[in-house]
Amino acid sequence: MKLRFEVGGEDFSLAGRASSELKRALSRLGVGPELIRRASIAMYEGEINMAIHAGGGDIEAEIGEGRVVMVLRDEGPGIPDIGLAMTEGWSTAPDRYRELGFGAGMGLPNMKRNCDEFEIESAVGKGTTVRMVINI
Amino acid sequence: MTVRRIAEILEAKVSTGEDQLDLEVNAACGADLMSDVMAFVKEKVVLLTGLVNPQAIRTADLMDIRVVVFVRGKAPTDDIVDMARENGMVLLSTKYSMFLACGRLYESGLRGGGIRDIA
Repeated sequence: MKLRFEVGGEDFSLAGRASSELKRALSRLGVGPELIRRASIAMYEGEINMAIHAGGGDIEAEIGEGRVVMVLRDEGPGIPDIGLAMTEGWSTAPDRYRELGFGAGMGLPNMKRNCDEFEIESAVGKGTTVRMVINI
Repeated sequence: MTVRRIAEILEAKVSTGEDQLDLEVNAACGADLMSDVMAFVKEKVVLLTGLVNPQAIRTADLMDIRVVVFVRGKAPTDDIVDMARENGMVLLSTKYSMFLACGRLYESGLRGGGIRDIA
């Protein structure tokens, strides 16, 4: 089963739609609650990142034999130092996002922690692609 | 501890979920940043937050959190109440600050056992 979503830039009202739909799809397939929770968190953090940092992007989620593969692509400004971006608590989100409950610097680490495979590729000025796999 | 007891301790108003006040919760988490909730909460907890927006409800739903308490006298708007109702959640509002609300629940026996170890 393939799911596709577009995430709008700075549009928080839509951020979370992909994770909610993924959650419902996994639930219908009888996947356990802990795995659903991990997939939902990884996806939601990814959506929020795209909305805050990249002006939106595209998400593709494929639920297949024993695994969920999520690919998040954006054409945002890219990440100059991925190591730093992966550090818990390190954030470049503008303060206004903290008033919305985000920008704790936990997004990418949260995504990685909840996945069995996590790959991130980023080029400054071109964009970022994150590929996450969760074994189910 | 039942949600009913939590509402009594916090002298809280119930915005939605009146039919679920006998629900039992074992732990609580207080946070205003939703990424922290997603980073640290492991179990089903009651979430205390000063963040009154749809993202708080969305985060709670994704985390299977069924009870959200808004602190510092903040009341949820109608769209937030509707969203919570659709997701089958209980929403409470208390006039107590985050510190006092957490303190009152802790004093009454609720613990923070639902979070992962912090290095």
